[in-house]
Amino acid sequence: MDDVLIGSLIASTLRVATPLILCALASTLSERAGVIDLGLEGKMLATAFAAASVGAVSGSLALAVLGAIAVGLALSMLHGFACVSHRGDQVVMGMAITMTAAGLTVVLGIAWFKQGGQTPPLSDAVRMGAWFTGAAEALREVPLLGAIVGGGLLGHSGLVYGAIVLVGVVWWLLYRTRIGLRLRATGENPAMVDAAGVSVLGLRYLALAGNGVLAALAGCFLVLAQNPQFIPNMTAGRGYMAIAAMIFGKWHPGGAFLACLLFGFLDAVAIRLQGAVLPAVLGGGAVPVQAIQALPYVLTVVLLAGFIGHAYAPKALGVPYVKER
Amino acid sequence: MNRPIELPRWLDLFVLPLVNLAMAFAVSAVVLVTIGQDPVQVLGLLVKGAFGSRSGISYTLYYTTTFVFTGLAVAVAFHAGLFNIGGEGQAMMGGLGAGLVALGLGPSLPGWMLLPLMVLAAMAFGMLWAAVPGALQAWRGSHVVITTIMFNFIASALLIYLLVGPLKEPGNMTPESRAFGPAALLPGMHQMLGWVGLEWPRTPLNFSVLLALAAAVVVYLLLWRTQPGYALRTVGFAPAAAAYAGIRPKGQIVRAMALSGALAALVGINEIAGVHNRLMADFVAGAGFTGIAVSLIGRNHPLGIVLAALLFGALYQGGAELAFEIQGFSRDMVFTLQGLIVLFAGAMSQVAAPWLASAYQRLRRAPAAPAEAEAAHG
Amino acid sequence: MRAIEKRFGAVHANQAVDLTVAAGTVHGIVGENGAGKSTLMSILYGFYQADSGMIEVEGRPARIANSHDAIALGIGMVHQHFMLVETFSALDNVMLGAEPSWFLPQARAQVRAKLDALMRDTGLVVDLDKTVAELPVGERQRLEILKALVRGARILILDEPTAVLTPHETEQLFVTLRTLRERGTTILLITHKLKEIMALADVVTVMRGGAVVLDTRIADTSLDGLAQAMVGRQVHLGRAADARPAQTGGVLLRAEGLQWRDPMGVLRLADVSLALRAGEIVGIAGVSGNGQSELLDALAGLLTPQAGKLDVDGSSFTPAHWLRPDHARDLRIAHVPEDRQRRGLVLPFAAWESAVLGYQKRPRYDRLGWLRQPVMREDTATMMERYDVRPRDITLKCANFSGGNQQKLVLAREAQTEPRILLVGQPTRGVDIGAIEFIHGRLRALRDGGGAVLLVSSELDEILALADRVLVMERGRIAGELPIEQCSVAALGRLMGGADADKAPVLAAQPA
Repeated sequence: MDDVLIGSLIASTLRVATPLILCALASTLSERAGVIDLGLEGKMLATAFAAASVGAVSGSLALAVLGAIAVGLALSMLHGFACVSHRGDQVVMGMAITMTAAGLTVVLGIAWFKQGGQTPPLSDAVRMGAWFTGAAEALREVPLLGAIVGGGLLGHSGLVYGAIVLVGVVWWLLYRTRIGLRLRATGENPAMVDAAGVSVLGLRYLALAGNGVLAALAGCFLVLAQNPQFIPNMTAGRGYMAIAAMIFGKWHPGGAFLACLLFGFLDAVAIRLQGAVLPAVLGGGAVPVQAIQALPYVLTVVLLAGFIGHAYAPKALGVPYVKER
Repeated sequence: MNRPIELPRWLDLFVLPLVNLAMAFAVSAVVLVTIGQDPVQVLGLLVKGAFGSRSGISYTLYYTTTFVFTGLAVAVAFHAGLFNIGGEGQAMMGGLGAGLVALGLGPSLPGWMLLPLMVLAAMAFGMLWAAVPGALQAWRGSHVVITTIMFNFIASALLIYLLVGPLKEPGNMTPESRAFGPAALLPGMHQMLGWVGLEWPRTPLNFSVLLALAAAVVVYLLLWRTQPGYALRTVGFAPAAAAYAGIRPKGQIVRAMALSGALAALVGINEIAGVHNRLMADFVAGAGFTGIAVSLIGRNHPLGIVLAALLFGALYQGGAELAFEIQGFSRDMVFTLQGLIVLFAGAMSQVAAPWLASAYQRLRRAPAAPAEAEAAHG
Repeated sequence: MRAIEKRFGAVHANQAVDLTVAAGTVHGIVGENGAGKSTLMSILYGFYQADSGMIEVEGRPARIANSHDAIALGIGMVHQHFMLVETFSALDNVMLGAEPSWFLPQARAQVRAKLDALMRDTGLVVDLDKTVAELPVGERQRLEILKALVRGARILILDEPTAVLTPHETEQLFVTLRTLRERGTTILLITHKLKEIMALADVVTVMRGGAVVLDTRIADTSLDGLAQAMVGRQVHLGRAADARPAQTGGVLLRAEGLQWRDPMGVLRLADVSLALRAGEIVGIAGVSGNGQSELLDALAGLLTPQAGKLDVDGSSFTPAHWLRPDHARDLRIAHVPEDRQRRGLVLPFAAWESAVLGYQKRPRYDRLGWLRQPVMREDTATMMERYDVRPRDITLKCANFSGGNQQKLVLAREAQTEPRILLVGQPTRGVDIGAIEFIHGRLRALRDGGGAVLLVSSELDEILALADRVLVMERGRIAGELPIEQCSVAALGRLMGGADADKAPVLAAQPA
């Protein structure tokens, strides 16, 4: 097996997985606290649009990221207001956010940039640069390792490494700190947390805040690292794939991380299958490009079908907390 | 936290949805102002476009037909406790089913035989496309929201593959099938009215609108007047009670999704058999999501759904007119409004309830005050 | 607590309640369901705020806006439904909300040290490293008490603590409480079990209908005195004076060797065999959670055992082809489930729709798929009339009926079909006294008419009042069977206690 191929597979996997990892972490935080968040798709879109617009107008990477984070937090707080403070249906709210974001990003995009909903392409100055390119260059001559590590692991934009670090951060937060313990308890038995004198609402809002920031980072990745601009509906269902990954990972940051890598790997392999010839048994023609496009969605369904989520989900997931009489 | 407010039935069924609608409209107005449009002007043009001419009304009703189907689909699933977001995909598959029958049997069968077959095929395809996520939810616990959304994407990929490949009309650049022929075309409203001697402009409005009304009636009767409907609603409200009553929740879930899919699939009939007379890629164009908003505003009841579908039909038609008249205006504004409606009527529907309840209480007490004052003086 | 007032909408839960508790005593608060005692304690613990009135703790006025304030004042509460996270360890559960450090491993070490000392001091032993799911009920309760003590509780409120305990575990709890009292902890004991109050408490307050009706030292009152104050009149819940001895007929139902493990692998039914004869009421006694619910479910067709056999009316069932709820009904087995709100009714339905739950496919109501609504409504009206369900409105949503009336509705529906076998779980839980007598009468009438009743109840008194013979279930098996003449609380308690059956429960009053 060609080591350059392995290297490029690893690189593809990481790139595709990064927004999924960030969203899966976001979802893990909120679901561990008991709040279902199906609005991740919409949050990714809205924050991507925010980053692209602010970036285009201001020319500053920092402002673009801040803009995205502001939008992400706002949407998460809205979710909290409707569902945590007011017992709204969490699933419906998630859909509402996604539908509204999908429409509003295009409306504003057309009105402000007049390019059919797209934002103008961002220059490299605004976008996130690649890291460790020097090391990658230096390793190029090293046989085997050079291609795999240099081509595969180095030279990605900062957020890729950031996402991996965040997996560890979220894990540490949830399992090694007091606040993580309380947050997890809120998703299992909020009445108990309340009786212990800790604010259930506060913890849920805190989880949602984390959720908003992480989703915003995912959106940033889309327009500041992967593509140079916002394109309508560019998320293409990735928000949901991230949730499926989280479920498959049993609501654990590490498990979700691995599941996201699986998605990334599959995507990387699929692209290389394009144009490949099917064995005679299946007709012998070329693999249709739509089949490849449909693969991540099929994988999501397979993941969800092959795994009974009930037993591992936080017990109080999706149930608004109301004080009993 | 408060206990759920008990509003008098009429307030809950009629006023609350209107209040939620008003809030959605208000936010949309803010958005319009932000992008430099005049909300009042927009509203005026919208109403004119939707109802101002016979042609406009017809288009409005044609869109309404589609939304009645998807709204009913969402509502049936809601009553069984499920959230069917797959209307898009189920409608696509419905169109595919109808199209396949038309392409295969079109040349050999007369219209009165072909069209019912197309309807049945559409419903069967839609049923299957919805039943699979339903079964996955029932037996594997896979969340039906995510699986139906995935199935939407898969349906789209499948349809496009077929239309650029096996089903493509030779020599045509666009991904669509060849025309089916007159036997596979439902009579249009202009034709039907012509039979009774009335003059009507030619529009996409067709026989399907009657199918939609019939579907609404059938769904009402089914849910509230039949034993299968009783079983379905029991599963939706209280799965434990359903098991106790000998109703098997898993079976009901699949049945509800199947019925839901069949209803959504009828959009395919409205579009493929009613208007285009050929299979094409994007004939659903978001109707599945509109169905969610329609069902929420319509309180999951067929009558409410018909009215809400009419509202959205008007928005769509009015929106199309607006896109003509105002530069830079696109249908996405309607999608945004849709999302806002789901927001206010769906997720935040209970937020307004306490204010409404206390306003109602105050209104009820007010007439007593003058009477007391009189008594004090008298 | 002085002049405490609290309303929930139309319900006047606490009316001008005065409560004075001396330090270092065990103070009992008794009353029936709905008497207001839980509300009062919830106010003390900060779950609710009183509409008016004031509270003083240790001589100083106190504002208790939430549980945090209560804990700060040294008030701890052990709830009836444990407030524990099953997937967390016992240690984490104790620690939650009072962790000494933001870094968990460090916090755990500190709390463990404190707990070890506390456990030695009080004799309360809990395995800190097991997850709560692995702990038996008695140990979970000790965990709850430890939780309160570790936060420095000097006043401990216990809400119906013995509802889930066997007599042996109850005895252990009493020992613990006495030890705590000696250490100077003040204990508030909410219960409706008068014998326990007589055995343990120093002072008792009786509440009825939201108000305090009696406040006295235990030495100055008696069991009957308390009962009368609690209920307000003489009540005979014992056997009716003219009760006919059971005239049992042939065997209607026979179950053999039923065995069932739940999805977690826990054995819930272990080789259960029983027979039901016409004209008898068989009571199943035992603390909740010992397999009684599972037994009823198996016989009603809601659960398929992994082993065993069932014979009813000529039909035989084995695990491969177990009966289903509709079969059960066809065989004239009716079922009044323990959880009436989740299973017996569909709360958002109107009464006339819930009235056919389980029978909706019968030709009487279902004509080729079409529901015969006029018949349904008529039958509902008849049912409500016969069982005195109030308000008499067939269109009212089931959720809007009181618990007692909901129960009557379910019972009416199941009795309507004149079943041969009636399976009934906790028939009078949450039901007011008047309705209890009515329901008991109905059950007896069914028996006298030649039917068989299988009665599961966690109220021993109810079993003793109604049953002709009593089976005791303990850890999924039938621990013993006694005809009613040989039943006494002691005898039954021994059977319920299981492995420690040789120790007689110590519920006698303490020496003066």
